Amino acid sequence: MDFSIILDNLPLLFKGLGLTLQLLIISLIIGFILAVPLAIMAASRNPWLRIPVKVFIYIFRGTPLLIQIFIIYYGLSQFDWLRESVLWVVFKEAYWCAIIAFALNTAAYTAEIFRGAILQTPKGEIEAAEACGMSRFDQYRHIILPSALRRSIPMYGNEVIFMLHATVLAGVITLVDLFGAAKIINSRYYAPFESFISAGLFYLVITFTIVFIFKLAENHFLKHLKR
Amino acid sequence: MFIPGTKTTMSETFGGYLPMILKGMVLTVEVALLSLLLSLMLGILAASARLYGGSVSKTIAGIYTTVIRGIPDLVLMMLIFFGGQILVNKVGDKLGWDYIDIDPFVAGILTIGFIFGAYMGETFRGAIMAVSKGEIEAGHAYGMTSLQVFIHITFPAMIRHAIPGFFNNWLVLVKTTALVSVIGLEDMVFSAKVAGDSLRQPFTFYMLVGFLFLLITAASDLGMRWLERKYSFGEEK
Repeated sequence: MDFSIILDNLPLLFKGLGLTLQLLIISLIIGFILAVPLAIMAASRNPWLRIPVKVFIYIFRGTPLLIQIFIIYYGLSQFDWLRESVLWVVFKEAYWCAIIAFALNTAAYTAEIFRGAILQTPKGEIEAAEACGMSRFDQYRHIILPSALRRSIPMYGNEVIFMLHATVLAGVITLVDLFGAAKIINSRYYAPFESFISAGLFYLVITFTIVFIFKLAENHFLKHLKR
Repeated sequence: MFIPGTKTTMSETFGGYLPMILKGMVLTVEVALLSLLLSLMLGILAASARLYGGSVSKTIAGIYTTVIRGIPDLVLMMLIFFGGQILVNKVGDKLGWDYIDIDPFVAGILTIGFIFGAYMGETFRGAIMAVSKGEIEAGHAYGMTSLQVFIHITFPAMIRHAIPGFFNNWLVLVKTTALVSVIGLEDMVFSAKVAGDSLRQPFTFYMLVGFLFLLITAASDLGMRWLERKYSFGEEK
């Protein structure tokens, strides 16, 4: 094995790393913003709110992300009306298609995590809030969400790592993320060990960093639950 | 012959490509089941090593679970697919074999089995730890050997605790099989690409395959309920 190839191509790998982190962070932010209202709707007693969201969650969790990204990037080109509309500026770019697919996917998984946490809110806390005369909105804002989001931190940490690993699919639709960079190095030098082991190490380091950040967050936000 | 706009029978609806997609689906299920088998074996091995093994096997199993869960599946698949080819070529040169092509089918199953072995290992480890100490002690008190205790007591009792995690792993595994299309295996995603490109209907075919994945998921759901009922005997409701 000749790891000097990797040293020569470090700039390419770091550029890929940049794109990977960028895709990850943007989709996580959009996904989180979507997930909170979706989770509230999925936890609602009103079927008109609950059922559509549950269908959305079921579909996005039940199909491979690869299919979702293919439908958005390759599939939508089937429609002439879309190709002729303004929206095509967005949908013709692999970058935006990747972000849309990742964001919707993580929104579904995250909404499911938050929904579970919302439903597990202790009854007493909600009764206390009602006794204080809080409206439903105030209950969510001051009691239910702060507590549910805190309790979701460990599960959400897993989701973030899952999303990091899912970003490799950007490399499948022609983008040069960390995985795409490794693919280029492999095809240029026929060096699968050097290229994919290096990329793997990069991913391992990011994974450990995310685990570490979430440990810190748990120590900070979940101190009261520690025994 | 297929004439656009004259959709009459089921096979013509998808331009005659439905049999090909269904053939791909069979391959997807095959890959999934064989990977599952490999992952179960590796999982039990990894869990036993972490719980009962000496310090060396504990460390190896610990590194296995951590590394596998820290690296994206596709990177591992590429490593095994392309790297495996180089290894086979090198060994083949030394031993004077003819050229052996690494099959994407084998590479896919090895990778997916290898990855989910790590997840199954963690599921089994948790499940084994959830088996009550008293049952195991009772077994020993009856003069059973450690192996007998594991086969007759720990293992059956562990399965009940492992079902939810096992099922979750299976669902993720089924979805992961879609990746074998990237290394050129003609599974249902690959077939959808071929059909969609030639008919210029990629959306239709990827949607169809997405629906078929949901079908597998729903069938698995029924399977899990049956398993849960089967293994919930003697449990307090």
